[in-house]
Amino acid sequence: MADRHAAAGARGRPGELDASAGRRGHRSGTRRRPLDRHTLEVGILGVLRIAVIAAAVAASAGPLLYGAVLSVRPFGDVVADPLALPALGEVDLSAYARAMADEAAGGFGLARFMRTSVTVAVWTTVLAVACSVLGAYAAVRLRFFGRDTVNGFFLAVYLFPGIVLAVPLFVLFSRIGLTGSLVGLVIIYMAQTIPVSLYMLRGYFQAVPAGVEEAAEVDGCNRVQVITRVVLPMALPGVAATGLYVFMIAWNEFLFALLFLVDDRQRWTVSLGIARLADFAVPAPVLMAGSIAITVPVVAGFLLAQRLLVSGLTAGAEKG
Amino acid sequence: MSGRGTASAPTLPRSRRVRTRREREELHGRLLVAPTLVVVGAVVLFPFLAVFVLSLQDMRLIDIRGFSPADLEVTLDNFARVLSSAGFWAAARTTLVYAAVTTVGSLLAGLVLALALRRPFAGRGAVRGLLLVPYVLPVVAATTIWSTLLNPQYGAVNEIGQRFLGWSAPINFLTTHGIDIAGIPVPVALSVVILFEIWKSFPLAFLFITARLQAVPRDLEEAAVVDGASPTQVFRHVLLPQLAGVLALLALLRFIWSFQNFTDIWLLTGGAGGTEVVAVRVYEELVTRANIGTASALGVLMTLALAGLLVLYLRMVRKGRV
Repeated sequence: MADRHAAAGARGRPGELDASAGRRGHRSGTRRRPLDRHTLEVGILGVLRIAVIAAAVAASAGPLLYGAVLSVRPFGDVVADPLALPALGEVDLSAYARAMADEAAGGFGLARFMRTSVTVAVWTTVLAVACSVLGAYAAVRLRFFGRDTVNGFFLAVYLFPGIVLAVPLFVLFSRIGLTGSLVGLVIIYMAQTIPVSLYMLRGYFQAVPAGVEEAAEVDGCNRVQVITRVVLPMALPGVAATGLYVFMIAWNEFLFALLFLVDDRQRWTVSLGIARLADFAVPAPVLMAGSIAITVPVVAGFLLAQRLLVSGLTAGAEKG
Repeated sequence: MSGRGTASAPTLPRSRRVRTRREREELHGRLLVAPTLVVVGAVVLFPFLAVFVLSLQDMRLIDIRGFSPADLEVTLDNFARVLSSAGFWAAARTTLVYAAVTTVGSLLAGLVLALALRRPFAGRGAVRGLLLVPYVLPVVAATTIWSTLLNPQYGAVNEIGQRFLGWSAPINFLTTHGIDIAGIPVPVALSVVILFEIWKSFPLAFLFITARLQAVPRDLEEAAVVDGASPTQVFRHVLLPQLAGVLALLALLRFIWSFQNFTDIWLLTGGAGGTEVVAVRVYEELVTRANIGTASALGVLMTLALAGLLVLYLRMVRKGRV
């Protein structure tokens, strides 16, 4: 993606220079103007551009950095001088240990929250990706009655307000006794992530040449074998990116975890856990340590798969 | 396939084979979509219909256990109660302001950065990665860090304000309704939640606008430059028309998502300091007051507002304005 962009930019830039030179040639009869609108704008925008980029990077990554720094300072130091940076020798990782340790050991149970969240997010990922692989394959390769309706329906799901759905789901789950159960959460997260992962996978599946699948069919593969042996391996990077996306959403979700699990501290997910701790008088470094600890896995995963995720998410935008 | 014109004898068996292949496709298509349909139907479609039914019931959370379909009734009391309740219209106004300003802000920031990062430079990939951090950060981690940044006792913002900007006292950003700056009242907490949401959501706009920018035909722009157009003129007359579609779609999506946003506001302010939006009221009716009927009625009102917006957008698309 970046390569394509770079190539396009490289093509554009010399052309632009040539063009302005040519234009100046045209106007040479009307005398050279040192500050015409074009040069002025190029100059101002050039400076602005650097300032904007610098400010945006600081604003985007700054808070995370701030949290990371705070998490390795003792609370007393933070209160005494909120803006100081710790010297390298003063870096204090005890906040992480305290956040992670179980309540019985004087900690805040973050390790347990993380185990719960991993369980929920992995199940959600596996099931949502499995459903979307089947659905996306059908949407790309098979003609069946109601295909377009189904596609439109999934898009509509994306627009239903989560807080509005929370009311009937809360009622429904209380009624069938699924409140407090992680199964209920997995099902809700599946429904919330399937529309996007279907959309992403569809883009990746379209890139698989239909001829390869037909050849496999001729060789005697049935539909399931075509999917598992031909389509999946060829679209594997896309499937991995989609899985990561689902995992991120399930890992980050807060509203339904709050509604269904708030009374059961043993089953809190990481999001719920950190949010509840923030309500108690937990020292800031411990809170920051917890926030960084739940952030690192998702941010690392995202940065690693950035290219795939971005191209999958924005596949439709290029068509306008 | 090759002998289509000449092979006349085995028409019957071939046409049957074609039909069975068709039927197989039909069957497989439905089977493959079925799991998704079941999950989405059970967790989205059914609850969506249920919220309309629940909004017509006089029902509390305690009544659920013993509730049977025979108890269904139809009453509009919930809507009357919700519409006349204290603070509803204020919350509706807050929601609109929050959604509108967030939408404009995040699109503007996304657009400016997509343009700024359009030409390659050393380290552009890294910059782009860093710009996406707010989008990827778990929302609870982000709000926790922001709350700490804005903390009146040891937060960096108040410390900087007092040490370098001459603030006389720390500002409690997350609970203060408004303060006067040079005689102009500024809604403090509302501004914070709006800023947070712009910060959290501009990366997505940035990504989509960047993707669309890559598809803009180069020669169009080059022709404009040859004709003597300045960068702002190129943007106004060449790029903006090309981006109109994706900007309109992003505006719609962002507005819908911000309009219904509960989590971010709840985690930052809990609805204090003039940030009580309708979504927070839904939660309060449901959990604090345990009133299913009024919570559902509020939900239905939100849904109707969003549906109206969607219809408006679709009509604009059909008229070709977007």
